[in-house]
Amino acid sequence: MTILEDRPSNPAAGDHDRPIGHGRMQRKEDPRFVRGKGRYVDDIVLPGMLHGAILRAPVAHARLVSIDTSEALAHPKVLAVITGTDLQALGLAWAPTLSMDVQAVLVTDKVRFQGQEVAFVVAEDRYAARDALELIQVEYDVLPPVVDARKAMDPGAPVIRDDLPGRTDNHIFDWEAGDKAETDAVFASADVVVKQEIVYPRVHPAPMETCGAVADFDPIDGRLTLYETTQAPHAHRTLFAMVSGIPEHKIRVVSPDIGGGFGNKVGIYPGYILAVVGSIVTGKPVKWVEDRSENLMSTSFARDYIMQGEIAATKDGKILALRTNVLADHGAFNATAQPTKYPAGFFHIFTGSYDLAAAHCTVTGVYTNKAPGGVAYACSFRVTEAVYLVERMVDILARKLDMDPAELRLKNFIRKEQFPYANKTGWEYDSGDYEPTMRLSMKMAGYDELRREQKEKRERGELMGIGISFFTETVGAGPRKDMDILGLGMADGAELRIHPTGKAVVRISVQSQGQGHETTFAQIVAEEIGIPPEDIDVVHGDTDQTPFGLGTYGSRSTPVSGAAVALVARKVREKARFIAAAMLETRPEDLEWEKGRWFVKGDPSVGKTMAEIAMGAHGTVALPEGIDGNLDAEVTYDPPNLTFPFGAYICVVDVDPGTGHVKVRRFIAVDDCGTRINPMIIEGQIHGGLTDGVGMALMEIIEFDDEGNCLGGSFMDYLIPTAMEVPDWETGFTVTPSPHHPIGAKGVGESATVGSPPAVVNAVVDALTPFGVVHMDMPCTPARVWEAMQGGTRPPV
Amino acid sequence: MQIPAPFDYVRASSVDNALALLDRHGAESRVVAGGHSLLPMMKLRLARPDWLIDINDLYELDYLLVDGPVLRIGAMTRHTTLLESDDVRRLFPIITDAEHVIADPIVRNRGTIGGSLCQADPAEDLSTVCHVLDAVAVVRGPAGERMLSMAEFHRGPYETAVAQNELLIEVRVPIRAGSGSAYEKVERRVGDWAVAAAGASVTLAADGTISKATVGLTAVGLDRNVTEVEAVLVGQVPTEQLFAEAGQLAADACDPLADQRGPIDYKRHLADELTRRVLRVACSRAAASVPDVTIQEG
Ligand SMILES: Cc1cc2nc3c(=O)[nH]c(=O)nc-3n(C[C@H](O)[C@H](O)[C@H](O)COP(=O)(O)OP(=O)(O)OC[C@H]3O[C@@H](n4cnc5c(N)ncnc54)[C@H](O)[C@@H]3O)c2cc1C
Repeated sequence: MTILEDRPSNPAAGDHDRPIGHGRMQRKEDPRFVRGKGRYVDDIVLPGMLHGAILRAPVAHARLVSIDTSEALAHPKVLAVITGTDLQALGLAWAPTLSMDVQAVLVTDKVRFQGQEVAFVVAEDRYAARDALELIQVEYDVLPPVVDARKAMDPGAPVIRDDLPGRTDNHIFDWEAGDKAETDAVFASADVVVKQEIVYPRVHPAPMETCGAVADFDPIDGRLTLYETTQAPHAHRTLFAMVSGIPEHKIRVVSPDIGGGFGNKVGIYPGYILAVVGSIVTGKPVKWVEDRSENLMSTSFARDYIMQGEIAATKDGKILALRTNVLADHGAFNATAQPTKYPAGFFHIFTGSYDLAAAHCTVTGVYTNKAPGGVAYACSFRVTEAVYLVERMVDILARKLDMDPAELRLKNFIRKEQFPYANKTGWEYDSGDYEPTMRLSMKMAGYDELRREQKEKRERGELMGIGISFFTETVGAGPRKDMDILGLGMADGAELRIHPTGKAVVRISVQSQGQGHETTFAQIVAEEIGIPPEDIDVVHGDTDQTPFGLGTYGSRSTPVSGAAVALVARKVREKARFIAAAMLETRPEDLEWEKGRWFVKGDPSVGKTMAEIAMGAHGTVALPEGIDGNLDAEVTYDPPNLTFPFGAYICVVDVDPGTGHVKVRRFIAVDDCGTRINPMIIEGQIHGGLTDGVGMALMEIIEFDDEGNCLGGSFMDYLIPTAMEVPDWETGFTVTPSPHHPIGAKGVGESATVGSPPAVVNAVVDALTPFGVVHMDMPCTPARVWEAMQGGTRPPV
Repeated sequence: MQIPAPFDYVRASSVDNALALLDRHGAESRVVAGGHSLLPMMKLRLARPDWLIDINDLYELDYLLVDGPVLRIGAMTRHTTLLESDDVRRLFPIITDAEHVIADPIVRNRGTIGGSLCQADPAEDLSTVCHVLDAVAVVRGPAGERMLSMAEFHRGPYETAVAQNELLIEVRVPIRAGSGSAYEKVERRVGDWAVAAAGASVTLAADGTISKATVGLTAVGLDRNVTEVEAVLVGQVPTEQLFAEAGQLAADACDPLADQRGPIDYKRHLADELTRRVLRVACSRAAASVPDVTIQEG
């Protein structure tokens, strides 16, 4: 199905055509945010609260010789200084990561990346805590670092993880997907094969709110309350129980308002654990909030994939196969967050939107002396890297074949009638109809006109580029049988209660970092049971108040929790039918539903509204056998498959031939995320993601020098885009519902971040065609673009 | 939250009071103007003054005055004031050009010309502009006032002639008839410090020949004007050929370092490219103020 939305794209007042259910309603959470009344972790102040600060390693690789805390302890406002040795005594020096590795909470033996946690000071105020860090004397014996992932496996390379028994190298894992023999055979007989090394450099999600926690351990009843910047409060509760030995029913994790996550707040950082230890040690609540440099230097980065891509095709442009070997830099600890089975996340969806005869990938993960992480920054578990690879390779092939890149894509799309489509690496794409989406983007862009303009400009020596990216996402992890994180299945719970007066509370397991859950989930319930969304409160982010679930990342909230919410609402609706039947003294099967009301078939004037039924449920009406006196329900939703949103993006850039400066002139984004709930919220997600994409393509990179010093430790060095770097976004959409999701929604939170970088880079490379440039790696800074124009493209790492 | 090392703070009530406070608190005291260079360094604990002497109440240093043959700019004049001034735009478009690309509105609302020149960051834009415009710095201390040319004032990266117990009070820019000026910068992102930048000021004689020309560069390791260009430009009618020669001289004169903003050859290339561009614009602006002069193409 392809429809064009006839509503204006401006969410101005009055564009509120369907106030119940789906529609462009204003966000319920905004009044508190626009008034500055959001409540973030750093806004939490508890009586007697102390403050923690972390001493971090100044070097990337060094043996810890000695640490002297006496001077810091003598500071009049310091209550405790915790070192790795102290944690060792508690059995807490190491904590499990989300990838079944371990990570040092505080260094005991060796520093493994610059910025690693060495000691924790607890003091009466933040200033004293920070000052006391300078009073700790640490002696390091500096070791040669492994900075270049390409050299991590060299014989003789320093072994970073000598803490792991029997470790003699820096290898973490080898992983593959697809059929190698079949792929090699297709390559061997193909007319055309092109190869390219493609580097997706290390970037950082850099949420506006850095990470932090307030830990409050009550020594009397042994209860821990932990306010945390976490995208996954329930999973954190379980992990804290496993690490600390505090029984899980005594732990409450609260994730209040969160100022952006992008996957940066999925893992458990040493700082959170240290706040807990600090509270246990001092008997007082302890707050720890990292500063910007700490966030950029020590928390989960993203990408860092060095990909050798190869694409095979016939000479008339039928793409046959794709293969790639990837070297993945995971930093000093393997702490990536993804379903256990998939150490490279969902990278194996690198076949993209194309119908291929064969595909094969291998991924090798290695340790380096850099901060851990890898899966973050709205990447959908590495679909970002996958989409970037395939969309660059297709463009490179188009150049080789001298074909228009739009035409090449149109020729090779998986066709509508092939869905559900089993690709060559094990995915089953739920639904898709790519051509209309592609054609709509070309129409909005005025594609042919742009190509004409480009031709004219080229004749005058002006550099204009047009870049296309067509992405297929895989989001909504995931089916329990295939997907877990540390043994926790990726299903989500939801509970719905209708109060006697007909107002509702829905409790969900996912947590919002800005996605608008309080609005979207109320709208889903509203659509199902006919209560206005204003009358439905969405409760989230507090493990004591919500059912278990795995949290918000990988665009999974709508595909998983959104489904749970729709189903729990349907359960309540069915229950309401029985209660209405009792109230109307008729049989449930004689009732018919219209939004918000059950009525007698053939006699619409006789019926009961949800509010009346709610009062009846809690009142004195005699209820049928098996129906409790409430209007509540709960479900846990185990998704049968992932969902596969897609989109067509077109970027137009102008490059200054004298300076290499790139200006993004236009960006057209047509997204298909299945059924659309709140179009305004969707557009917000797209706008943000496109901005991320322009940032990554043009300026963002976390670099290291030869000693392993992080060169991206502040916003002066790690550049993120502003309103000045981005054009007015031109958004459009098509709707191809998911066949297995209760309301057909697919998720959209990461689509634009995943889909946009290749569009921008393809545009820059297209602009540089007169210089013979076939590929350049991100970021396309003025200097790197100029170097490419001189024939000197070099990888960023 | 980044937290500076402990310090004491005092607000000065006048220039004399500020000088007295600097004297009293000695070597470890610093004045704070807009704070947009000093405070970030303090938060990173790269600067650790014991005393901060706040001069933001010294409104007597916040002025722009066309005074006969000079424009007088008080040291506490904010970037925004310079950016928005019509007098500045008319007389010295190079300042307006530069202010457009200095930081962002938040920084420009607080940052001052005095702080910029005293900070003397190698990528700082107004030092180049003042060099190009032959500005004079007025510095006051316990011994009274001194007038310094930019060559005397600006000693190198992060180094000026202003002593610990002195204040920069004013910047004086000579106004010359028949002049035009321009500034252009390449940055990785709006608000970023320069990868490289260039400024030029050109005065045309009535016959359309160049009677005076200065070119300055930012962030490429040259703390003076590209004096080499004068011999090539002066006495000539402006042409693209001439600009290209000047560009080459600028590229030869500079001494950039490789860093995250770019490699040496790129920065050298920018010295050339931007020199040509600013000369082109400066000449056409000068021509606009000299009747009957047009710039020839090619
Ligand atoms: C994000 C960001 C981006 C920036 N980008 C640019 C840019 O692109 N280009 C650019 O040129 N600048 C840039 N700046 C710097 C900005 O212009 C600063 O405002 C300026 O460098 C310093 O001015 P200030 O008034 O803030 O000085 P302060 O930070 O208050 O002081 C700087 C130094 O000068 C001394 N000082 C100040 N006033 C006097 C005085 N009257 N007499 C003697 N000493 C004095 C202080 O003691 C201190 O040592 C940027 C700053 C930031 C934060």
